[in-house]
Amino acid sequence: MSEQTQERKLESLEDVVIRFVGDSGDGMQLTGKQFTDTSAMLGNDLATFPDYPSEIRAPTGTLYGVSGFQLRFASRDIHSPGDLPDVMVAMNAAAFKMNIADLKKGGILIVNIGNFTEKDLAKAEYDSNPLDDPNLHEEYVFVPVDLNQLTLDATAESGVSKKDGLRCKNLLALGMLYWIFSRSAETTEKWLNKKFAKKPEVLAANLAALKAGSIVAENLEVFQAGRYEVSKATLPSGTYRNIMGNAATAMGLVAASHLSGKKLYLGSYPITPATDILHALAKYKNHDVVTFQAEDEIAGICTAIGASFAGMMAVTTTSGPGLALKVEAMGLAVMAELPLVIVNVQRGGPSTGMPTKTEQSDLMFAIFGRNGEAPIPVIAAQSPSDCFHAAIEASRMAMTYMTPVILLTDGYLGNGAEPFLVPDVSELEPFPITHPTSADAEGFQAYYHDERGVRPWALPGTPGLEHRVGGLEKLDGSGVVSGDADNHQHMVLLREKKVMGIADSYAPLKVHGGDSGKVLVLGWGSTYGAIHGAVGRLQREGKDVSQLHLRNVWPLPKDLGDVIDRFDTVIIPEMNRGHLSRLIRMEFLKDVDSFSKVTGKPFTVSEIMARVEGHLA
Amino acid sequence: MTTETPTYKKKDFSSDQDVRWCPGCGDYAILNSVQQVFAGLGVPKENFVCVSGIGCSSRFPYYMDTYGFHGIHGRAAAIASGVKSARPELDVWVFTGDGDGLSIGGNHTIHAMRRNIGIKTVLFNNRIYGLTKGQYSPTSERGKKTISSPYGSLDAPFNPIALALGSGATFVARTIDTQPKHMKMVLEAAHAHKGYAFVEVIQNCVIFNHNAFTHITDKEVRDDRQVDLWPGKKLVFGKDGDMGIKFTPSDIEIVSADEADVWQADGETGANAYRLCHKDERGEIPVPIGIFRNVERPVLDEDIHAQLSAQIEAQGEGTLESLLNDGDTWVVG
Ligand SMILES: Cc1ncc(C[n+]2csc(CCOP(=O)(O)OP(=O)(O)O)c2C)c(N)n1
Ligand code: SF4
Ligand SMILES: [Mg+2]
Repeated sequence: MSEQTQERKLESLEDVVIRFVGDSGDGMQLTGKQFTDTSAMLGNDLATFPDYPSEIRAPTGTLYGVSGFQLRFASRDIHSPGDLPDVMVAMNAAAFKMNIADLKKGGILIVNIGNFTEKDLAKAEYDSNPLDDPNLHEEYVFVPVDLNQLTLDATAESGVSKKDGLRCKNLLALGMLYWIFSRSAETTEKWLNKKFAKKPEVLAANLAALKAGSIVAENLEVFQAGRYEVSKATLPSGTYRNIMGNAATAMGLVAASHLSGKKLYLGSYPITPATDILHALAKYKNHDVVTFQAEDEIAGICTAIGASFAGMMAVTTTSGPGLALKVEAMGLAVMAELPLVIVNVQRGGPSTGMPTKTEQSDLMFAIFGRNGEAPIPVIAAQSPSDCFHAAIEASRMAMTYMTPVILLTDGYLGNGAEPFLVPDVSELEPFPITHPTSADAEGFQAYYHDERGVRPWALPGTPGLEHRVGGLEKLDGSGVVSGDADNHQHMVLLREKKVMGIADSYAPLKVHGGDSGKVLVLGWGSTYGAIHGAVGRLQREGKDVSQLHLRNVWPLPKDLGDVIDRFDTVIIPEMNRGHLSRLIRMEFLKDVDSFSKVTGKPFTVSEIMARVEGHLA
Repeated sequence: MTTETPTYKKKDFSSDQDVRWCPGCGDYAILNSVQQVFAGLGVPKENFVCVSGIGCSSRFPYYMDTYGFHGIHGRAAAIASGVKSARPELDVWVFTGDGDGLSIGGNHTIHAMRRNIGIKTVLFNNRIYGLTKGQYSPTSERGKKTISSPYGSLDAPFNPIALALGSGATFVARTIDTQPKHMKMVLEAAHAHKGYAFVEVIQNCVIFNHNAFTHITDKEVRDDRQVDLWPGKKLVFGKDGDMGIKFTPSDIEIVSADEADVWQADGETGANAYRLCHKDERGEIPVPIGIFRNVERPVLDEDIHAQLSAQIEAQGEGTLESLLNDGDTWVVG
């Protein structure tokens, strides 16, 4: 480093939002993830929002092939990846076009002018070069650089082909950002060393590009006055790791397996955005986790149901279209009264919909979408790291009450990342599961129901407990097939009582803010971060607004009615057409302000603030 | 778990449920044979799991005093695959129909075959949908008049044996409801096989497809119209046992008994199973029953658990502690 650098001023920022945008082949997700990991290791609080097209490699330079990764890092507690970016890195004309309107005025705009040729402009449907606009220099800290040429120069001596050299341009951009935000590239260097250990030339090229980035940034006119830093966040003390929601779900399921003493079995079929849970669980072989990649979603759930009958902690993972295929088997699990965790990572629907975009539109489906009276509890995770705890909770509930449980997350949670305060083993409460033994054979009844309505989980291989389960209605007690009218009425009510009774075990609801007042923002699932950000800001401004976020969306908590009665207005932001709002009206006869958004993008903090302010005015 | 070989009688495998098939239904004979075979396998009773889908035939598990799972239509193979891949030590059997296993559940059936997962499948082929009152099924012959094909079915049928052979099943056999001795031998061989076993049982539905198989099974004709493929035995048939089958490079020939080929379900003649099963069942060559294929391949459920053990060995047994703390972490405060 030159002496000059050390003399430069360091401006401290509290909270920065960066958005990397480029072609889906430009490595934007990877670049974003590297900056995230580095910031995590430096102790910033974080939230990320990857936003990519469903095509793996859309034709280069096109508007529909643009892939983005937004990340927010801060020296304070944050809960969402931010509304508008402070910094934007645009790798080509199409990415520039699709994103420039979002960049904050005065923000840093790094543009790869190497990909603004006539051809690029045509593909991005520009008649003239937008970079010729003199206003750019006034509105932003405008940094036009030819990343292509700079990368070719930087990698020329590493021995890779021009094509391979050029592919390192995202690392050059990353290197620039590391310098601008005065962070070391060490985490990324380590990662590159590991990734390309067997390809020394590619490694050299990548390292050279990364290094060149910092030199390029250092020499830029606009940064002569100084650069930036974002210091460590004052997070609660403990051990942290950076985690994505899907990985947290997988980890939570494995944790539940240890806590219950039951081996984990996953039956699943790949589907975006749920597949990463299958990927993660497939790696946990040394935790005795069986992953069965089935021929379809029906087989995914049916193998899990078979494994549950055999005594495993059974799980099936999917997203909307896959959940649709599993419906009949979900009813079977209800009827057979077997534990099963069904994870639905929601995405934009209906049908194939928008596979890589997020939505919360399966709530009603999860609660009611089955033939017959087939009650199933539904749990929702509220942040990427919360997926860990929600997965444990779903597993515990399923095995404690001998019932299928649906865990709802969504694409935004599944692919989003944040620091995860790793719990100490002692903080996680074991819930050992036991089974009847041969000693219970005398008078054993497979469909004996205890006071909660729960039947025993007797396992094949146990002498004397041989019994049959299945989808036909069963006589309470013996479990013999029965078409008796009164028994059916009794069994329908028994299954309902069991599931609705789970609400008795919930902890009392905790309102964030005043316990009563003008406005309550009620939510469930991944809207937590944006609602929390908005409500927090309004509270700091002295506004009368509180937040309540639901973990259990079915059965609804029994004290929910009382809480909402204490507020003049209840606003429910949902990425659907008002599912929770309808449930609240239906269950509590209370009107609410349904704030619906179905763009495939999460709520922003400012959208929620504006909605609340509308009620306070 | 019991170490001694348990001894059972057939009645040890009868549940307390009244059997509710139509009087004269071929399913009774299958139930009988299965109960007799189970009693003699030396497997502790509590280790049997009988899985089925929906159909007359799929009521089967309710009549067996074992662990049982009456699933949903078509999904027996998937449910059984879950049981077996979870607990390979269990003796997992699927009882299914031609509609259950080959129509709605066709996908699961072929994938279980492809994977060679160690479940035994008994497919009751009555060439009709019994439980839903007599519609044509995926094994019904073309032109069949049923309640849903009043002018004759236009669908071409599956040949279950060809399907199983083509899907890579490692054990493929056919037997007949009215021939209990043969059925028991086939079921025992299926049980002895390591990996997936497929047994088609030709079954008479007295109500909706009565006498569909008499041209093969009737006492008067059966010796001439059936040839038993039994490993190590000559392919002979006929009332007097004087006729035989010989494979030529381009065809199958009827020859005298002493010129007949010896059947090898895992060897050279076994490769002819496909040619043989496709012959017109009313044509010159008698209908093959017995064991079409019996070969060894890696068994999925065993491999799944071997891989788990190998990774536990290689990485050390995972604990809650290691789960939480593996990978990149940092400490605050
Ligand atoms: C999802 C579903 N679709 C349709 C049915 C109706 N159904 C029940 S059994 C059956 C056909 C059974 O035929 P097969 O498997 O040949 O059994 P069989 O009764 O002949 O033994 C049908 C269509 C059902 N139970 N479930
Ligand atoms: S309908 Fe046919 S298959 Fe079903 S029980 Fe009666 S005879 Fe048997
Ligand atoms: Mg049938």
